[in-house]
Amino acid sequence: MEKIEARDVNFHYGSFHALKGISMEIPRNKVVAFIGPSGCGKSTFLRLFNRMNDLIPGARLDGEILIDGKNIYAPGVQVDELRKEVGMVFQRPNPFPKSIFDNVAYGLRVNGIRDKAFITHRVEEALKGAALWNEVKDKLNDSAFALSGGQQQRLCIARAMAVSPSVLLMDEPASALDPISTAKVEELICELRKEVTIVIVTHNMQQASRVSDKTAFFYMGEMVEYDDTKVIFTNPRKEATQNYITGRFG
Amino acid sequence: MKRFLEKAVRWLLTASGFVTSIVILLIIGFLFTEGAGLFREPVIEEGYVLALNSENPVRELNAAEIKAVFDEDVTNWKELGGADMPISTFRLEDADEHFSEEQLGAQYENAGALISGLVAANPGMVAFVPESMIPEDSGLNFIKDSSISPGEVFGGSEWFPTATPAPLFGMLPLLLGTLWVSLFAILFALPFGISIAVYMSEVASPRIRNFLKPVIELLNGIPSVVYGFFGLIVIVPMLQRVFGLPVGESGLAGSLVLAIMALPTIVTVAEDAMRNCPRTLREASLALGATKWQTIYKVVIPSSMSGIASGVVLGIGRAVGETMAVLMVTGNAAVMPHSILEPLRTIPATIAAELGEAPAGGAHYQSLFLLGVILFFITFLINLCVEFISARNKAKYN
Repeated sequence: MEKIEARDVNFHYGSFHALKGISMEIPRNKVVAFIGPSGCGKSTFLRLFNRMNDLIPGARLDGEILIDGKNIYAPGVQVDELRKEVGMVFQRPNPFPKSIFDNVAYGLRVNGIRDKAFITHRVEEALKGAALWNEVKDKLNDSAFALSGGQQQRLCIARAMAVSPSVLLMDEPASALDPISTAKVEELICELRKEVTIVIVTHNMQQASRVSDKTAFFYMGEMVEYDDTKVIFTNPRKEATQNYITGRFG
Repeated sequence: MKRFLEKAVRWLLTASGFVTSIVILLIIGFLFTEGAGLFREPVIEEGYVLALNSENPVRELNAAEIKAVFDEDVTNWKELGGADMPISTFRLEDADEHFSEEQLGAQYENAGALISGLVAANPGMVAFVPESMIPEDSGLNFIKDSSISPGEVFGGSEWFPTATPAPLFGMLPLLLGTLWVSLFAILFALPFGISIAVYMSEVASPRIRNFLKPVIELLNGIPSVVYGFFGLIVIVPMLQRVFGLPVGESGLAGSLVLAIMALPTIVTVAEDAMRNCPRTLREASLALGATKWQTIYKVVIPSSMSGIASGVVLGIGRAVGETMAVLMVTGNAAVMPHSILEPLRTIPATIAAELGEAPAGGAHYQSLFLLGVILFFITFLINLCVEFISARNKAKYN
């Protein structure tokens, strides 16, 4: 059974048909990249996996999205439980105005964990997992805003990983970062794939080719092509894909 | 031409900035000089003396003791450190009880000598008379007069600014009255204000919010005298019935009216702060499996804390300085408040009620300016606290 499965997904913002009949399967512990020009629906599609689009008034979904074989849009699904399982990292680093420690511990605490020793342990593990531990271990009680942009983004990754999700959604996680920070985040993605299934939206095609196992190309709300990353970048079957990756439009 | 115009505009802006600052400083300076004048005023009404029999060893009395003597609360010199003899008091108004009009003379020209004689004949007598009346060679003793001391003003618990011969300017009851009313007002307004703000920014549908917000902002535009009227007609009788009070005009009535008045400020400012909480923070919280309510109280409220705090402080500022509504419903008894259900009096209400009857330049008048100074310091302190809190928040998170 695949980790994530989308079956004939159609999504509307009011009268705007944002996603048109998308079906795809995302295998366990792989990194899948979504590429495509702005407004093609790749972020919208990503945000369906943790039901982040529920917040948008007037949004409507048809079709099914299954994670571990269960339809996450079935009635009776607890959205907060789902989001514990499906973590998310956003385009801009968005740490809470709290200390570094409290940022990482937040997800544990809101999920009802009170055991201080366990929280401390998980925070350390998550920060190590995000390759941030050595930089912040002496200032865990400092504000998260004292960190650089790249560090903040890795903190957000640590925060998402602290609750031990099985899927990590990344919405252009490096687009607001400098090249060195970007390289660190990419390294991190390669490390994290051992633990979680990663879906990453990116504008940067080199990034997609560097970090992902499979790539999906979106255009105008449709999924044009979905294949192994190597195939997409060397020998795409569709002309639109070819044009996009060679920079003829987009 | 264009350059000249730009210069003129620049000059105008600079001038208006300076003029405004100077006017503000002048007002504060005026307040302080008038207020400080109180401490140069004599305890006993200016131009008057308290004359004693030469056998009476008492030389010093403070304002409270003088008042007690003339109110006949103290009736024996023993209690004031003198000999064991009863006190009898004499005021100029009492002259015709002791002497006939012929004796006093048409212009009271004989009064000085007669009164001196009277005091000399009565060992226990104290007479409150104009200094100019008493002949130089009367052989009487006088209570030593000093100027009003800050201790009696700031630590005194009796406010009798029109008492003769010695007015009492104990400001403690007024200060406490102000603090009590404001404190209770905030205690009522804060939970309601924050709840309404959370409801409007997080829970209410846009349609309800679009209806509620202007309504609440409308409350800001109601003149305070109308609030006072409402308090007098509705809240005061209600409190009287609910608590079985002899009079409904009480500190609590003032607090309730002030709470209603402070609500719109707290709600609008706090709601704006919460709505300005970045969407990315909410999303981050929700994406970690937090529920909507967890997100509200763990992320939205803390991150808009400085906005909420400034709303609360603006509310307090209004409560501390509010005059009319409080004047109308608190009963205005200038006594030490023992319970919020008793009548009490606030500083602004005192100033408003008494300035009209206080002779300009007199001790009473200056004491009211001193009250203004105290009020100024309270609000100044509150503002300072806010500055401090927000500066610390900034240092912590930026």
